[in-house]
Amino acid sequence: MLKFFLSRLATFVPTFIGVTLISFAFIRVLPGDPIVVMAGERGVSAERYEELRSQYGFDQPLWVQFWEYFTGVLQGDLGESFITNRPVWDEFFSLFPATMELSIVAIIIATALGLPAGVIAAVNRGKFFDRALMSTALIGYSMPIFWWALLLIIVFSGNLGWTPVSGRIGLLYYFDDVTGFMLIDSLLSGQKGAFTSAVSHLILPSIVLATIPLAVIARQTRSAMLEVLSEDYIRTARAKGLSPGRVNGLHALRNAMIPVITVIGLSVGTLLAGAILTETIFSWPGIGKWMVDSIFRRDYPVVQGGLLMIAVIVMIVNLTVDLLYGLINPKIRKR
Amino acid sequence: MPLLTIRNLSVTFATAQGPFRAVDKVDVDVNPGEILAIVGESGSGKSVSMLAVMGLLPWTATVTADEMTFDGRDLRALSGPARRRIVGNQLAMIFQEPMSSLNPCFTVGFQIREALKKHTDMDKAARQARCVELFEMVGIPAPERRLKAFPHQLSGGMNQRVMIAMAIACKPRLLIADEPTTALDVTIQAQILDLLTALQQETGMGLILITHDMGVVAETAERVAVQYAGQKVEDQEVQALFDTPHHPYTAALLAALPERATERRLPTIPGVVPGQHDRPAGCLFSPRCRYADDVCRGTEPPVQPDALGRARCHYPLHAPQEAQA
Amino acid sequence: MADASAQTGKQMIGTRPSRLRDFWNSFRENRGAVIGLYVFLAFLLVAVFAPLIAPYSPSAQFRDAILQPPVWQDGGTWQFALGTDAVGRDMLSRLIHGARFSFFVGIVVVVVAVTGGVIIGLIAGFAPSWLDALIMRLMDIILAFPSLLLALVLVAVLGPTLLNAMIAIALVLQPHYVRLTRASVMSERSKDYVTASRVAGAGRLRLMFITVLPNCLAPIIVQAALSFSTAILDAAALGFLGMGAQPPTPEWGTMLADAREFVLRAWWVVTFPGIAILVTVLAINLMGDGLRDALDPKLKRS
Repeated sequence: MLKFFLSRLATFVPTFIGVTLISFAFIRVLPGDPIVVMAGERGVSAERYEELRSQYGFDQPLWVQFWEYFTGVLQGDLGESFITNRPVWDEFFSLFPATMELSIVAIIIATALGLPAGVIAAVNRGKFFDRALMSTALIGYSMPIFWWALLLIIVFSGNLGWTPVSGRIGLLYYFDDVTGFMLIDSLLSGQKGAFTSAVSHLILPSIVLATIPLAVIARQTRSAMLEVLSEDYIRTARAKGLSPGRVNGLHALRNAMIPVITVIGLSVGTLLAGAILTETIFSWPGIGKWMVDSIFRRDYPVVQGGLLMIAVIVMIVNLTVDLLYGLINPKIRKR
Repeated sequence: MPLLTIRNLSVTFATAQGPFRAVDKVDVDVNPGEILAIVGESGSGKSVSMLAVMGLLPWTATVTADEMTFDGRDLRALSGPARRRIVGNQLAMIFQEPMSSLNPCFTVGFQIREALKKHTDMDKAARQARCVELFEMVGIPAPERRLKAFPHQLSGGMNQRVMIAMAIACKPRLLIADEPTTALDVTIQAQILDLLTALQQETGMGLILITHDMGVVAETAERVAVQYAGQKVEDQEVQALFDTPHHPYTAALLAALPERATERRLPTIPGVVPGQHDRPAGCLFSPRCRYADDVCRGTEPPVQPDALGRARCHYPLHAPQEAQA
Repeated sequence: MADASAQTGKQMIGTRPSRLRDFWNSFRENRGAVIGLYVFLAFLLVAVFAPLIAPYSPSAQFRDAILQPPVWQDGGTWQFALGTDAVGRDMLSRLIHGARFSFFVGIVVVVVAVTGGVIIGLIAGFAPSWLDALIMRLMDIILAFPSLLLALVLVAVLGPTLLNAMIAIALVLQPHYVRLTRASVMSERSKDYVTASRVAGAGRLRLMFITVLPNCLAPIIVQAALSFSTAILDAAALGFLGMGAQPPTPEWGTMLADAREFVLRAWWVVTFPGIAILVTVLAINLMGDGLRDALDPKLKRS
């Protein structure tokens, strides 16, 4: 197990360096002078240009620039935003809880519905229920979620007026961040109606964000279950006279969970990509919207830092999933 | 009273290319304490007929039989839960691939205790004691430690012993062993066969041994049923079968045994077992049979009487003169 | 193709249906896949003959018919069957022309990603272990970024055009093909027929492209079908975020972006482009599922 852990960690380090290199290269190597861009339409004088170049270190050789960037990253220094002049690191962590709250709720919805749906479909293979569930899952899987979001807004916010269109909580409520999670903070604040308001703001974005992972989890659970159900050991379990509930729910699901856990873990990347669209549409103040806004403002340090941080988060989640995989798969755990 | 009686069992699979009949009008009889060997090449339907008895066939299979009784109970009429009270309890089965037949996610001890929990009212301590006893019976050293092992930590031979221990855990009256030694090393094969016959003698259970190995049959079985392309072609006591085979297929199988070879080159049976798309009319063995004539190729052969080993053949071999006249 | 045809030959003994026939039979068995195929063909025809089918030019503005609802609603006319957008352009004509862009995006992205991915994957599968490790680490690095985010940043750097969007999407989809190809090459390479071919004196290139590659194609074809839909979705998403095709291009995602401010006023400008995307993507995914079931014997009913 320790060997497994170390081997995974060994691939993590070079990938991390590579990710840093790529997010560095994006801005410095590709065409387009960041200072000209930063100065915008007003332009910049030659002296001021040189001054800025040395201020940002752009006059140094590339490898020196990268080394400084890389050592900075290791110390939590991602540079400062061109626009707000605040450290990118601080901005990232003040917005990250909002994205995390949305993602966690979405993944809970996706798993809680997708897992049972996949199991039920696999056990009833070929029957009406299976076909209905899997058709729905395929529609979800094919959904352009930015359109799905607009559609839900038309129906639930427009026609029915049940949910708000944007933001995390009503304007009436104000309280300090404690955890950064609006659901928890609104409860802690003790203000009447604050929690309900937070929930009603969260409901549409989380449904939108959960749609594709839900479909993926349901489909993967079904196919993993089908594969496992044709294994010899399932026949053995049935030959013992065990009930279908025990054969499917214990012997089969336990084995099918191994690939499904991986899929759930991998959908974190999908989730963050989805968060970009979802947050933009619902004006959700998280890192997805922050990234899109920064791209349009050409706020390069933010784009660079945000890209790196998101990649690192995806990598950490993948590493965790790998280790979890080792834990639930006895073939790896006990060698 | 026979332990297991099957009359006219047929199993048909629905496939993308149309229905495929894997078992065709097969009769099986096993008495208590008897060892029956079912012999045939791959694809002769010998495993499928036994899986049908256990109720373990996939949903694509259709099973029909005139009679299918175990220990006086009609298996066709049983509800799911009632069948599951028999299966794994009085009627047990072990499989060909010990490595893949045990669940990789659970310890072998868990998998045996689970069977005990389902079919007996032993308490936790009694179940553990029974597991240790079973492991000793099947010859697994250091039982307490091995019970905590996962299947992939044990060898193929060990896993097959675990499978056997699991199958006999509830003292079955009939054990079906589906090619229990095929996936194992030759030296381990003999050990497992000896173990099975010893256990059979110790407990007095019936044993059906599915195999394609005539050598195994000669060493262990009392009675032999030979299957070919889903049909039973012959059924005799083991000694009589080896002395006077009545079906040309049996004779050819025996001639292919190295011990019986008379020439320098080992005789073989030309051709392969017919599959889904090339089933001949008339006798299924006719394309490969040296005695076949136009009758064989055109008409389905009758089943001969007991004295002729119930051979499914127009011209049974070693027939007494008066029968041929 | 010597190796592949030898295998087919073996299977054709007797009256067993040929491989292609077998494939078509199992594909046809999946009703959803056949429907998907028909919808895809219809989509293809619309894309090819867009100028002939569309009633108007996609950029023609009818100033006296701004935000006119579709024909079945009050105020709708047959002149604009699906209504008009905020500057009076015919929705139907724009949707029909949009099919061209989506189809174009799908084809280009899949061709670029598959060609690049398969070649790199083959190289990785046959290369010495240091090069293999280097390639796979590089793919790990690309895969560490959420694909849409990476495409978005790439487009932001290269400049927001449809072409750049296609390049970016192809680039982020490519690692999947590298991994897939390498994995099947690895499993095929140890098989006896490859050893036999090598013993018979086949050169490395012949081994790579003629002996091994045909036997790795099944999962790649399936993945290609699924990437086609991913490409359409991602291109639409980029267009929606303003980083793909630029207005007034009648690209479906861009049309949705234009329509955002009318979400609560004119449902049709929002609904129809989305339905177009959904139906196209759904059809391709249905087809992809059918392909997978027909090509992957493991999942076939036995």
